[in-house]
Parts: sequence; structure tokens; C-alpha cells
Amino acid sequence: MSAGVAAVRTSGLGKRYGSRWALRDCALEIPAGSVTALVGPNGAGKTTLLHMVIGLVEPTNGDVEVFGRSPRRDAREVLPRLGFVAQDHPLHRNLTIAEMLRYGRKLNPSWNQQLAASRIERLGLSQKQKIGRLSGGQQAQVALTLALAKQPQLLVLDEPVASLDPLARREFLNAVMEVVVDDGLTVVLSSHIVAELERVCDHLVTLAEGATQLSGPIPEIVARHRLLTGPRGDVASVARVHDVIRESHTERQTTLLVRANGHVYDSCWEQHEVDLEEIVLAYLGYRPGNGASTIPAREAVRA
Amino acid sequence: MIEFHLDGRSGVPAYLQLVQQVRQAVRLGILRPGDQLPTVKEVVTRLTINPNTVLHAYRQLDLEGLVEGRRGVGTFVSAHPVPPPPGDLKGLRSSLDRWVGRARAAGLDDEGIAALVAEAVRPAAVSRVA
Repeated sequence: MSAGVAAVRTSGLGKRYGSRWALRDCALEIPAGSVTALVGPNGAGKTTLLHMVIGLVEPTNGDVEVFGRSPRRDAREVLPRLGFVAQDHPLHRNLTIAEMLRYGRKLNPSWNQQLAASRIERLGLSQKQKIGRLSGGQQAQVALTLALAKQPQLLVLDEPVASLDPLARREFLNAVMEVVVDDGLTVVLSSHIVAELERVCDHLVTLAEGATQLSGPIPEIVARHRLLTGPRGDVASVARVHDVIRESHTERQTTLLVRANGHVYDSCWEQHEVDLEEIVLAYLGYRPGNGASTIPAREAVRA
Repeated sequence: MIEFHLDGRSGVPAYLQLVQQVRQAVRLGILRPGDQLPTVKEVVTRLTINPNTVLHAYRQLDLEGLVEGRRGVGTFVSAHPVPPPPGDLKGLRSSLDRWVGRARAAGLDDEGIAALVAEAVRPAAVSRVA
């Protein structure tokens, strides 16, 4: 599953706007053929990261490689292999679908007009329709069609379903999954809600305040984390072996969310499985170094 | 043919839900030896899930000997998947009904009954996982 060359690899990647770092020291690897969720609260640096992946933004420092090449220095090789759908799928509202497709064909040497036309037909749309008259879900599907007609090997979707109703959301993700099965392309989708993407993704990267926290195959991430509950007491003995991501205490009880390094043998802790959303929330409220959350609880829940 | 469904709130991983549904269908005779499972693409587009989830489930079922994948053709229920359902399934069911009746009479609600059953079953479940 994760064998072969990485679709995306970054190391020490950072972007500064003025005095503010939008992304800092980001190291991650997205295997070819994976469907990766990039999750983090608004303002965490997701869009900045994606814009550096597609070569739209120049890094302040560090490197980003797409299929082993720089999206800016080797733009000619990299860009034709990339499909991108920006947040809120901006399209020219006054153009018809046919005009958008003509645009796409002119700009992209690898354009597949037949693929585009048949997708539009399958969506039950006519090419004569104006973009501005389409529903949000239909606009998202047209934006996806434009990206797919380039026949990319990496599809980058920035908050693709945030503005869609549940039905349009499901239809959009379904269309993406269908291409994944048919063409085996690599997909990166961002969202501030992990639950939205959990069933369609096999890899996860979390970002908060410009830094990566969690990165890897989802089944491994879920398997490694545990919720431990026990009488209030000594956390240090657990923390010596395992990484304590979050701890909370009541008068008589301590609850720990840990990344386990091997088995947890200590019998005074009751162990529970913990789902992905819970793990992600714990990380988004987690400060390396002091263990406990310093982000206000409200902020973490919204993420 | 079997139609899969997913319960997003069950806390059971999606791949395991698929595995359990096939096991259950075989046990109940809904799936018989030689029957074909839906293709990966059919499951993916019906449930909108990641293809690896389906592959993972099918691999697991293959390892258990419940199904066999034939390259380029599909995935089929094996000839002798599991021991046939016990002849006294009916008897077990009716004695369970009587037990549930007794539990209710003793004042247990549904949740209490489920907790008691889960506890009685748990040792077996643990040894299966290990």
C-alpha cells in the first residue's frame, strides 16, 4: 500500500507571511496511491501547505517534492500530473460548462475531452448550462471534472465538501472514490472535520498552528492509541513508556489518552479503544512538551 | 448477493463491519458456497468508502478461509466455509427466549440483558482476537 515513490514529501517546509508563520518545519510523506485526509482547525496552515504542494506558493524554507520533483523548479513536469480543486470550487459564473471545458482543453496538453464530456453527461448536466445557475453540489462536480480531465496522478482537494449539503457531499466523495478505484490516483483532501473524511481516507495528517502532529496510515494510528482509565494517581509510570497525549483528572479518576509503545501491562488501568475523531481532537489540543492542552477547550472541540 | 451497510456510530472499524456481515450472511445461509461477493468497486461506490477498506475485509475473509479471491474474476464464498449451523439452532433460540423472559421478569432492562450477555460471551471473544 505504501510501497514505491512518495507522491508528496516535505522536509523542514515552512512559509512565513510577514512576521507570522503559516506553516513551520513541516515534514511528511504521502504515499502514492493513498487517499490522505489533511485535518486541522481553520488557520492551521492546510491551504498554505496545499498551495506549496501544487507550486502556487513558494516556501520560505524547506523542501516540497511531488513525485520526487519540485513543483516550482520542475513545474513543466509536475503540473500536468496535478489536479487541484480550490476551496469553494471557484469557477467563472458567467461561462457555460462547454466554455469551461474549452478553457481547460486549451490550457492542458493532457486534457481528455471525452472523459470530461461523459462525466458532465453522467451528472445529468447539459454543457449549455451556465455555471452560475448550477447548485453548489453541481459546481463542485464540475470543478472536479475539470481537475480529472487533466488525467492527473495526484488530486489535491482543498476543503472540497465544507460548503456542501450532506447529499452533495456524499455524491462528491463517491465520485472521488470511483476514480480512485478505476485509476489508482493519489488523493489529498483537507477538512477541519475528520469525521467527514474518515470513511474515504486511508492516511491522515493533522496540522495545528502551522505544525504537523500526526501522520500515517489510519488503521495504524487507531491501533496505537488507547484510552486508559484508573484511580487517580501516578501518571509518571505510564509516561515513562508511552506517550501521554492528553490527561484529565476528576477527584477519584484519571483518564489518559496515550500513544502506546507496545502493550500496556499495568493492571491498574482499564483500557479502551478510542476512535479516530477522539484521537485527532486530543492532538489538536495537545502541546508537545507539557502534555496538557493549552488551546481553549472550545477551540479544540470545534476542530 | 449481499448488500453491505455501514454504521458510522458503532465504533467498529468499517473493514470489520464488512467482515462481520459476510460471516453473518454465511451463517444464516444468505450467502452459499460459490456465491460471488460484490466487487471492490461495487462496494466502494455503494458505501462511499476507501477501496483499501474493502480489500482489507476481503483479505481477512480469505485468510479465515471463508472466501477465496480468484484473480481477475472476483471473490467467492468457499466450498466449505464454516461448520453448518447446528441442527438445534431452533432449540437454542427458544431456550434463549425463555432466558430473556426470565431476565425481564427479574427486572432487567434491554441494556442490562445486553451487558450480561456480552460478559458471558467475552472470554470466547478475547481468545479469538489473541
